[in-house]
Amino acid sequence: MVEVTQLARPPVAPDKTFGLEAISMTKRFGDFAALDDVSIRVAPGTIHALLGENGAGKSTLVKCIMGYYAPTGGQVIVGTAERTIDNPRDAHALGLGMVYQHFTLVPAMTVTENLVLARDTLPPVFDWAKERAALNEFLDRMPFRVPLDAKVSAISAGERQKCEILKQLYLQRKFLILDEPTSVLTPQEADEVLGMLRGMVVAGELTILMITHKFREVLAFADEVSILRRGRLAGKGRVKELTPDAMARAMIGAEELAQAPARAGAFGAARLDIQGLTALDDAGQVAVNNVTLAVRAGEIVGIAGVSGNGQRQLVEVLAGQRDSEAGAVAIAGQAYRARREEMRLRKFSLLPEEPLRNACVARMSVAENLVFRKFDEAPFAGAGFWLNRGQFRDEATRKIARYGIKTRSADTKIGELSGGNVQRAVLARELSEGVEVLIAADPCFGLDFAAVAQIRAEIMDARNKGAAVLLVSSDLDEILELADRIVVMFHGALVYEAPAAQADLTAIGRHMAGH
Amino acid sequence: MADASSLGFWVVPIAVLGGAVRVSTPFLFVSLGECLTERSGRINLGLEGTLVMSAMVGYGVSYVSGSPWLGVLAAALTGAVLGAVHAVICGLPKVNDIAVGIALMLFGIGLAFFLGKPLIAPKANILPAIDFGWWTTIPQLHDALKINVLFLLGVVLAPVLVWALRSTRWGLVLRTAGESADAARAMGYSVNRIRLRATMTGGFLAGIGGSFLSLYYPGNWNEGLSSGQGITAVALVIFARWNPMLCFWASLLFGGAAALGPALQSVQITWGYHLFGAAPYILTLAIMIVTCSPKRTLVGAPAELSITK
Repeated sequence: MVEVTQLARPPVAPDKTFGLEAISMTKRFGDFAALDDVSIRVAPGTIHALLGENGAGKSTLVKCIMGYYAPTGGQVIVGTAERTIDNPRDAHALGLGMVYQHFTLVPAMTVTENLVLARDTLPPVFDWAKERAALNEFLDRMPFRVPLDAKVSAISAGERQKCEILKQLYLQRKFLILDEPTSVLTPQEADEVLGMLRGMVVAGELTILMITHKFREVLAFADEVSILRRGRLAGKGRVKELTPDAMARAMIGAEELAQAPARAGAFGAARLDIQGLTALDDAGQVAVNNVTLAVRAGEIVGIAGVSGNGQRQLVEVLAGQRDSEAGAVAIAGQAYRARREEMRLRKFSLLPEEPLRNACVARMSVAENLVFRKFDEAPFAGAGFWLNRGQFRDEATRKIARYGIKTRSADTKIGELSGGNVQRAVLARELSEGVEVLIAADPCFGLDFAAVAQIRAEIMDARNKGAAVLLVSSDLDEILELADRIVVMFHGALVYEAPAAQADLTAIGRHMAGH
Repeated sequence: MADASSLGFWVVPIAVLGGAVRVSTPFLFVSLGECLTERSGRINLGLEGTLVMSAMVGYGVSYVSGSPWLGVLAAALTGAVLGAVHAVICGLPKVNDIAVGIALMLFGIGLAFFLGKPLIAPKANILPAIDFGWWTTIPQLHDALKINVLFLLGVVLAPVLVWALRSTRWGLVLRTAGESADAARAMGYSVNRIRLRATMTGGFLAGIGGSFLSLYYPGNWNEGLSSGQGITAVALVIFARWNPMLCFWASLLFGGAAALGPALQSVQITWGYHLFGAAPYILTLAIMIVTCSPKRTLVGAPAELSITK
């Protein structure tokens, strides 16, 4: 047992790294226990991984530690003393720092401004030349550099993540909590950043608690792991003594997962044909640059790439949300301009990213959202304008049962559903009738294992039934699992192509980073 | 020495230039104020009301006290108070700043008309101008070179604001609130308080602009004093891409456009006087059409602004 002393005010930030212990942490939101009696111990000078599905309580745990949430019960021991952390400022004063999954940098400002801004005390007037010199001197001592004068909006996701970490180091934090630090990085960038942090940990300068869902990174970089499931501690141990299988079982528990059907059938003729497509982003810059790609019937083509390389704009053009500047799209030899009629005729289906925003009207009911593609046809509409509400509800009831959508009723607003169930509803609408062309963009982003397994099984099933599938994903593992052919998108252009069977992870990663 | 008649058509550009300097001053102050407010992440559409209200108060205080400078100060403080009202209401949860701004615009105008009734007849002391045209005998040029101190203040203020936004703590924190309220909160700043200060400062500057209307040009108080300068200046901030220095140039451009009608009249081109009077608004529309596109977001727009969100 650690000797515990209670201090009223935290002392100044320590100059050495330290361990951290959370004992019996509990956090209730009303009746729901997001975190139920969880204890973890992070030894000083180690990397401790926190594994778990979405909603397992990982973020709740670290937010309780950092003082964003007031825990319902439990204690935090920093170093050797129990501490009361009422808000993030208290945590910062103790030398704790957190890097969030979403970036906290201000995009319209330069890297220098962002780093300076993070300091606790700011001078009334800045001498930017002096600030820059001081930052350069700081960067010389750091394992990686960032372009100080660039605007954050102009640097890559990898560089932004480095900035976030550098910001914490600049503030002399000795214990870092990283929330999915590599979710926007290429495998090489992830290895680079984690490798450098690992170096600092081994040198005894830093201790890290890292939230992740990537076993590869846990195995390569973490010393110990704690696994959460549904708010409870489901397993822990030294990484060396655990296998990925054991960790996965602890994460998922006894839940039944949908089995993806085996890959079957031969490729047909080119079904979706994109020729020289060019499109601009919201800032008027070229986002999709002369993309030419054909997807055959019965084939899944996976577009890999770090998000922000034009994938979103490409999907938006195919979805009819954005005009193209040049080029043409054809489906089965016929010109395709993303009109509603064409989508119906060509059996075109779409699983866009952020489905609640891009594929649903959040304030309309599940039933209404389920019939967007055909609400103005018989039997849902009479004489082309009179809507038959009874038919809406019948159709919805069938699909809710068939796809296991968890909703209170067919009349519930779709915005009230969980992410996984919103995606199930979109899946039900887009895939229940015959599909000939399917565009899926990050279809499993942020979903739990059960939903991921179901969605991937449905996509594979559509492929086996002869659909041409274009899968755009920032999750390389997803592409490697599903795709027959892999292309890499970088700065709006397709820069690499290989059949999945011959795909080389190193080459893919290199092209994702533009080398 | 040339006499006036030999100037010929040169009268027009000289008059436009002089008019630009005169007419642009309220544009300049309102747009600089609005620029600050918007950089903090909030839009104050009420500045038209602020402009009219502070013009009335400035005129009244000058009339009562005999000092136009006291009038300017009173006008500026009136603007700051109206700015504070806007900021406090918008700081409440689920309040839309655009709706509050429109309400405050109507409120300010209405209140100014109501309270200003007795001020229409009397003559208050107005602001002096500095005579930069002492060296010329051409009356038109001499006239154009009489420049009010407030304009010079505005000329200095624009680059000072550019510097302050870049190199002071106040500016950096204000921009953070405008670009990412989350980031500002995470740093422990109260976004509402930052925006309160920015909106008050914006109202203060707009108030100075209002005092210029009643205390220099046209230099009296009546209900037709402002012809939408306050609202035009808000549009001008968008045109100027939220940059104080560009606000200055844009104000001059709009001032020049507004001076076009009177200038043409002075050379006996009287047809279409009201058409030329509409020049600033036609210019506003034209600029908006040319520079805005449904396919692009505006460059430089603060990310927290409710119109760009």
